[in-house]
Amino acid sequence: MNNSNGYILRYAAIMVIIAAALLSSAAMLLKPFQERNMAIEKMGGILDAAGIHGVTTDDMINSFNNYVTEEVVINQDGKVVEEYKEGAKENGKAFSLGLKEQYYNKLQGKPYELPLYILTKDNETVYIIPMLGTGLWGPIWGNIALKSDLNTVVGVYFDHKGETPGLGAEITTDQFKKQFIGKKIFDDKGNFTSIEVVKGGAKKLPKNMQIHGVDAISGGTITSKGVDAMLKNVLESYLPYFNQLRKNK
Amino acid sequence: MSAETKEREPLFSAKNMKLVTKPLNMDNPITVQVLGICSALAVTAKLKPAIVMSISVMVVLAASNVVVSLLRNGIPQRIRIIVQLVVIATMVILVDQVLKAFVYDISKQLSVFVGLIITNCILMGRLEAFAMGNKPWPAFLDGIGNALGYGLILIIIAFFRELLGSGTIFDIHVIPQAFYDLGYKNNGLMILPPMALITVGVIIWIQRNRNRDLIEK
Repeated sequence: MNNSNGYILRYAAIMVIIAAALLSSAAMLLKPFQERNMAIEKMGGILDAAGIHGVTTDDMINSFNNYVTEEVVINQDGKVVEEYKEGAKENGKAFSLGLKEQYYNKLQGKPYELPLYILTKDNETVYIIPMLGTGLWGPIWGNIALKSDLNTVVGVYFDHKGETPGLGAEITTDQFKKQFIGKKIFDDKGNFTSIEVVKGGAKKLPKNMQIHGVDAISGGTITSKGVDAMLKNVLESYLPYFNQLRKNK
Repeated sequence: MSAETKEREPLFSAKNMKLVTKPLNMDNPITVQVLGICSALAVTAKLKPAIVMSISVMVVLAASNVVVSLLRNGIPQRIRIIVQLVVIATMVILVDQVLKAFVYDISKQLSVFVGLIITNCILMGRLEAFAMGNKPWPAFLDGIGNALGYGLILIIIAFFRELLGSGTIFDIHVIPQAFYDLGYKNNGLMILPPMALITVGVIIWIQRNRNRDLIEK
């Protein structure tokens, strides 16, 4: 067998080129299927926040189109940039808007645009706000659903890239998510309070603040803080829009 | 060349079939060679991911075995491990992409473990020990056989873990409600990896009890 350095180098080079060509063509071919799966997962997250569970994967696009009545894109001043009512909802601008870039723009003090979904469930309007934040090991994201009073939480949905299983990753469990149902993001005077994720439990808060707090996860302090910061940062960004909506009522 | 070697060996000769059947029992990669334990503990909480994992390992192992066997005369000795790794890694990424495109839910459940097939000792072991020195067809059979042996154990473990841990088989409830009414509870411990290790132990125990040859002196 030829074991000269030249042969080894040529062999390695050709092998790597073939492997690269094979993998990139596979990635290109399968991309549309993978993107569809991701879109379906995103829809599932939106419906889940609104308390619509158990929709099968095959049924997802249909259900999503039925429940979502409107997709809105707002800018940093709370002005509506685009309203999207007709047609397949996954084609709307709100659905394809990249949260990462928008919140990065916000951080840089640049103009930004944010998506909002309006659902009708049991004849009630539900506002769904997509969220993005940082956990311990990577990004965390989710959705929060508000009643038409723009104050009471209908439900939440969380997901994450790689939080610690059993600790930070517990934010995806029903046990954690259930706590948010019925909580309020404004106090009696109409001041924004967000929802605090409290280490040691929401009962540590003063009585009148307990409606604005949930229990953090033991052993998942940094992830819990990430959720807390995410809720605050995201909801804050929608305040101008909420104000305008209230004025118009 | 003698007349004996000129004569082509039938595809499913006794010798070739042994390549498939031996890893199922006497030469099982998990219970005898104790390879690939990591994924056997991690993906066996339910039957469905265990089966998808077994099929994925089978595809990767059979395909890599054939590819390495075809290349075996050209592979430079000094970089043979790297070549084997490139072949496995390419196959694993392909399988991962296909799973992501067509069975997304399961691919999420398997998460990193499909990627970790690359580090599954069974693969490197078979490529180095078998495919490097044998023709493609026996190498293919060897890959199928070892993956079957691996899959068999995975499925046995997953069956008991899903039955006792969740009371379901393929997500269908099989333990009647009456049992729960009488106070039966699903054993949460079965869901956790430590019980998978104990299950592997029990399987090894039963197997060695039946095949005395396997008991080390």
